[in-house]
Amino acid sequence: MSTRHSRAAEAYLKDDAVASRHDQTFFAVRQKRDRMAAALPEWEDLREAASQIKKHTATHLADYLERFERNATRNGVSVHWAEDADEYNRIVADILAAHNVRKVVKSKSMLTEECHLNENLERQGITVVETDLGERILQMMKLAPSHIVMPALHVHREDIGACFRRLIPDFDEIARSYDRPHDDPNDPTFLTYVARMHLRQQFAEADAGMTGANFGIAETGDIVVCTNEGNADMSTSLPRLHIVSMGIEKLIPDYASMGVFQRFVARSGTGQETTVYTSHFRGPRPGGEMHIVLVDNGRSDILGDPEHWQTLKCMRCGACMNTCPVYRRSAGYSYTYFIPGPIGINLGMLRDCHLYHDNLSACSLCCSCDNVCPVKVDLSSQIYRWRQQLDDLGHASRMKRLMSKGMAALFNRPKLYTATLRFAPLINVLPSALVSNRLNPWTYGHTMLKFPRKSFHEQWKQLKNEEKK
Amino acid sequence: MKIGLFVPCYVDALYPEVGVSTWRLLRSLGLDVDYPERQTCCGQPMGNAGFERLARPLARRFDQLFAPYDYVVAPSASCAAYVRCFHPDLLRGEACEAAGKTLDLVEFLHDVLHVTSLPVRFPHKVSVHNSCHGVRELGLSSPSERNVPRYNKIIDLLRLVKGIEVCEPERPDECCGFGGMFAVEEQAVSARMGLDKVRRHIATGAEYVTGPDSSCLMHMQGVAQKQGLDIKFIHVAEILTSGL
Repeated sequence: MSTRHSRAAEAYLKDDAVASRHDQTFFAVRQKRDRMAAALPEWEDLREAASQIKKHTATHLADYLERFERNATRNGVSVHWAEDADEYNRIVADILAAHNVRKVVKSKSMLTEECHLNENLERQGITVVETDLGERILQMMKLAPSHIVMPALHVHREDIGACFRRLIPDFDEIARSYDRPHDDPNDPTFLTYVARMHLRQQFAEADAGMTGANFGIAETGDIVVCTNEGNADMSTSLPRLHIVSMGIEKLIPDYASMGVFQRFVARSGTGQETTVYTSHFRGPRPGGEMHIVLVDNGRSDILGDPEHWQTLKCMRCGACMNTCPVYRRSAGYSYTYFIPGPIGINLGMLRDCHLYHDNLSACSLCCSCDNVCPVKVDLSSQIYRWRQQLDDLGHASRMKRLMSKGMAALFNRPKLYTATLRFAPLINVLPSALVSNRLNPWTYGHTMLKFPRKSFHEQWKQLKNEEKK
Repeated sequence: MKIGLFVPCYVDALYPEVGVSTWRLLRSLGLDVDYPERQTCCGQPMGNAGFERLARPLARRFDQLFAPYDYVVAPSASCAAYVRCFHPDLLRGEACEAAGKTLDLVEFLHDVLHVTSLPVRFPHKVSVHNSCHGVRELGLSSPSERNVPRYNKIIDLLRLVKGIEVCEPERPDECCGFGGMFAVEEQAVSARMGLDKVRRHIATGAEYVTGPDSSCLMHMQGVAQKQGLDIKFIHVAEILTSGL
């Protein structure tokens, strides 16, 4: 009885030091978030307001999208609509081709990961440079993100240093220009300096800048991008062409709503009062062009799904991952979908339930995620509901089905149940080799259970008799 | 007031002393307690494993057996939570009277009986295990994720016991990793969560780990024994009847 997640997690946990550090690092982020939450007396009201705003927008999405398009167009932005990933990739490629773009700098966007934009552009000979430091490191190391907000937190600085030395052509020149004393060749401040110098050159050379969108504001047609490194601003201030990729669920009605989210998105996700940069883009810079591609890619189907529409409220803050005891102990690569943790389990199932069902095992149903989620997505209930569908989808674990059927057969027959209880202690006298073996998954992490001589059922009559006396 | 005592299947089979303590405690408080003998399981193991359809007949049976009582009391937080939070959904369109009056022993003592004194003594240091479904489904304590006034009904009750020293581990309501079939399907993660949890309980210097849910205690005890870690496990009901 195992899944791809459980097997990968078992392998991951073999390195105790790495696993402990991962758990501690992300729990520390959860604790920072807790301190932020405790400092705002209106925290729970904010969660409710944010949840209601998202629900309101989702249930009036068509109206708000049209309003957004109208306002953005009025601001001089070209708005495009993409029904799926293919259409999205085509639209971006066409815009880039029309401008003879050879190099694109881009800030972090989960949507581009979802649609495999980078691979598509690179196939067409366009160089794509990620400018979020974590994403850039992963791109150079040819690794996938392990977390949606802190994608490279699992990579060690020694490996980052080695990668920079190997892949940044003018590494030595940049290193020579660094004037702060440091003994460690992989000193974090030094490596960050190297990355900054390397990225500056990329910004200067790029023909186009791409950003995601944390929010789209229907009332004004603005898009809002939150970063900690200012890389969205750099990506859009040097190249004259700016392309925004935005999932249609990122829309909110107005700036009053934005005030709610701005107050606690960063607090939820990373435990910061706010991201270092919150950049508002309203139109193209003088002499430039700005395009917004609105992407559906399955979102309107989710909207029509009464059991799972709430995933559309998600803002990708990562709080559910940080608190998830299973994510913290199994890390991003144990999941088969590119977004891990509670929200990723659900988004993966919505993307392709035949491909990503292995992640459903990665939940003890502790419900912590439900309580940290700033927009109150019912994450654990959705996982529970997906599990109910696994048998019909043809992906139920045979062992779990067998165990469930066996238990049900017993529990539906009280007499048989009582009789079984009477004989259960027999298991205690079996040789331990018979019960503690490979076939008994309980004994992997536990000693075998000991059955008492008499069950409560058997003691009950005695208790009643005692009282009569 | 007539109480229906629900002793969940695994408590019945593995921890009968928890059922006995619960019964003695409720009787010592002068309550009329009955134990419907045809009871078995609430259906949670099947539901969490993805076989709710197999849990439905059990929910129906549960309701028939327990509907006549004023309260149904169970010494197991997650079973009480499954009945109260999931049975109404399982039995949608059918009679479902028992679910709304099913309580975990701790909340029954704390919220219904408002117990303020107990003639018991337990001169030991205990570390409280806040079980997930107790915390986040029944509200036995304030979830650490939420910005709400802090409270803990388990600790309130334990403070009535003479001689006891009560503490909580670091990460006081992080999951221990049991989760029903999660423990066997995700055995590595489950065992690791259990080990981390046991170590945090041990770090408090407590002699005992206590909680309202024997399933978490069973998991942690199995993990502790396998790793040769020395700490004892005891259900809250046993402490609250200690010496009765």
